[in-house]
Amino acid sequence: MILQVQDLTKRFGGLQALSDVTFALPEGQILGLIGPNGAGKTTLFNVINGVYPPTQGQVFFRGEDVTGKPSYEIARRGLARTHQVVRPLTDLSVRENVMVGACFGREHQHLRPAARLADEALTQVGLIDRADQPSGSLNVAQKKRLEMARALAAKPHLILLDEVLAGLNPSEIASMMATVRAIRDQGITILMIEHVMQAIMAISDRILVLDYGMLIAAGLPEEVANNPQVIEAYLGDPKMTAQLLAE
Amino acid sequence: MLDQLISSLTDGLLLGFVYGVAAMGLTLIWGVMSVINLAHGPIIALGMFGAYLLFTHLGVNPYLAMAPVAGAGLIVGLVIYVIAVHRVINAPHLSSLLATFAVNMIIIGVGTAVFSTSPQNIDYSLGSVEVGFLTFPASRLVGAVGAILVTACLYLFLYFTRPGKAIRAVANNRMASELMGIPSSRVLALSFGLGAMMAAVAGGLIATFFPFTILSGGPYELKSFVICVLGGLGHPLGALVGGLLLGGLEGLIPTFMPVSWVPVVEFGLFVLVLLVRPSGLFGAK
Amino acid sequence: MKACQTPGFWLPLVIVSVWGGVVLLIHQDTMRETAFILLMAVGLASSLNILLGYTGYVSFGHIVFFGLGGYTGFYLLSAQDWPLFAAAIGGGLLSALIAGLVGLAVLRLRGAYFALATIGINEAARAFVSNFEPYGGATGMFVNFSVYQKYGGPGPALWTTFIFLWITALAVLLVSYLVKHSRFGLGLLAIREDEDAAMVMGVKAPQAKTITYVISAFFPGVIGTLYFFKNGNIEPGDAFQLHMSIEMLVMVMLGGMGTVMGPLVGAAGYQWLRGYLLTSPIFKDLHLAVAGAMLLLIILFVPTGVVGWVRNHVRRLQKVLE
Repeated sequence: MILQVQDLTKRFGGLQALSDVTFALPEGQILGLIGPNGAGKTTLFNVINGVYPPTQGQVFFRGEDVTGKPSYEIARRGLARTHQVVRPLTDLSVRENVMVGACFGREHQHLRPAARLADEALTQVGLIDRADQPSGSLNVAQKKRLEMARALAAKPHLILLDEVLAGLNPSEIASMMATVRAIRDQGITILMIEHVMQAIMAISDRILVLDYGMLIAAGLPEEVANNPQVIEAYLGDPKMTAQLLAE
Repeated sequence: MLDQLISSLTDGLLLGFVYGVAAMGLTLIWGVMSVINLAHGPIIALGMFGAYLLFTHLGVNPYLAMAPVAGAGLIVGLVIYVIAVHRVINAPHLSSLLATFAVNMIIIGVGTAVFSTSPQNIDYSLGSVEVGFLTFPASRLVGAVGAILVTACLYLFLYFTRPGKAIRAVANNRMASELMGIPSSRVLALSFGLGAMMAAVAGGLIATFFPFTILSGGPYELKSFVICVLGGLGHPLGALVGGLLLGGLEGLIPTFMPVSWVPVVEFGLFVLVLLVRPSGLFGAK
Repeated sequence: MKACQTPGFWLPLVIVSVWGGVVLLIHQDTMRETAFILLMAVGLASSLNILLGYTGYVSFGHIVFFGLGGYTGFYLLSAQDWPLFAAAIGGGLLSALIAGLVGLAVLRLRGAYFALATIGINEAARAFVSNFEPYGGATGMFVNFSVYQKYGGPGPALWTTFIFLWITALAVLLVSYLVKHSRFGLGLLAIREDEDAAMVMGVKAPQAKTITYVISAFFPGVIGTLYFFKNGNIEPGDAFQLHMSIEMLVMVMLGGMGTVMGPLVGAAGYQWLRGYLLTSPIFKDLHLAVAGAMLLLIILFVPTGVVGWVRNHVRRLQKVLE
């Protein structure tokens, strides 16, 4: 198990963002995390990767208890992540952005090897032509690829992908999904948040469903898709949904 | 000993009301647009000179002069906003900090050339007031009352008038306010003007207590920083309470240690509050 | 070293080396004085740039390190009879130490809160030193004239001080370049752009910022000692002037923050302007106002400073103007 999350709870003042979330992620899998807006998916990522500590519960990464450790400690242990709202290092070039990942990630590379690694990662995501451009000049789809390249350059064991498909058109989605598969084939475990149902159902080995901070379903994509609780969370009344579908 | 303590404390508290008004100007601007007005000190000094000039050259009662001084302060604030702040309102904090500091330099520079650095004084005494065993200058009492009046007016304005509510809306969420049809630039300009107005009025009141020069605003600007952080940046009431706290401290400390230690305590407290509870007594907005 | 081939590396160093060399050769007192002020400005602006330009943290009260280091160095050489060079290093080290201790706490603050805190620290330091008897309290300290004899008299002493300052300025520029082009520096730039994202990528932001603060405090401490030794005396009012702090900021902004050449250009430009204003009959009284107007124009219209502007508009010079 590369990642184990136990009874994770997170409160922000009066708001209960996560309640007793527990799951385990075996190495090499793609685990999809879905749920309605506001369910706490990004909060879960933030707790796992150390942006804030949980109120209760524990996070184990590769057998080590990393609960409450700051994000840079967890990044150095081989956990990388992309953001839902992209965060490029605007004044730096595309290559320099990715070099940050390489220099401060698991392998802690020096500048020159980091530049080479950066170029490899950029080639993998298809941004190598723009390596010298300032990262602020990229469009949204390219910035998402930049985030992925940054994460890859850190040579992580596990990548957390937060809505990499948001804002992409169908051909961009297909392209990105191929990249995700290629990352998995490299041996990197993936935990991804997505709203684009078809894509995530197709690519994930297993699915977790979060609603109001609680895990309401876990299992194979087909099982989860037919789970009445899941349908209710997304669409409301399952009986009415069935009626609508039947019409 | 206790008599002296209470006397110093009262003195400090009365002064603290006026400190509070000055700080309120700063905290209002910060709360509405996240800008720290580094021209705050010179505006206070301009208020001092405004009251002085009206009194000395036009024979206006210094307290009545507060009205035109307030008006002038409002206009000065509007002008500063339009020229220096508007363009950098969405830029990183450094830009607005430096822009308002540039205005500070300009006002001090021109002020020094026009007024020189010789101290001025408003020669208008109201005599002393005796309350029990306490004796203090009546001007302090009037100043404190004036400060309370100004605070009350500000609150009435913010909570019961349309522009006031618009200011609170923009402070809360600028983008949402714009979507509701509130002209946020005009509201920001007005807020800056109000903040400057309060600084100018505070300056005018202080001019009735102590002699001053164009550079006198500086220490009050520093005190305003301390007060705003104590009370919580963005909370006018917090600024008043913070002002009283600081004034009280200034009154009490000299009884226990040499007066030269007051700044050490003030700024030590300042840094401490910033580190331990940066949102201040009343919490951040 | 590849760096030796890039003009961005050797250009600032060569400029300062040649300028200092010329002053030494001509050996004229007034020229030395002007150059002293200029080198001081370059050193202070470049030190501030290491913090401000690379991490984005705005230190409004950075002059406190000039003051504290200056006081300590002055004390070491006047009361403890240390040689000038050792005293200057001692001053620098004390400033660095204070920065390390204070920085750990204060660097947890962001943006304007950090700026305010640095002002508070400067004021607290000034107030404290005014009460601190070993440092002369409110009256400050004077150097015993005989101290100058150690260097062959006041004249040669001033030239020795000039040479030390010259070396210090070169050192700051060198350190500034090395930091910027190191892996450490890349982490700093990441912090500047987005501190939280940088941490998510593994940059140890708290430690990196503190180390940078310490480096940026060391050199002003050294420079302070040299300046006050030359002055012959030191008092709280001179050592912690908020205005000097702001002038440091103006010079960095004018030249272009985040570059090595920027503070050099900014310092030279600002000092030239200041000298012109102070001696011009029209502007004599208004030099502060003009400087303020200049700062305002830069902030509003050319926020990347002269060097930044040139770099953005003349691509070919990017390698030259680092």
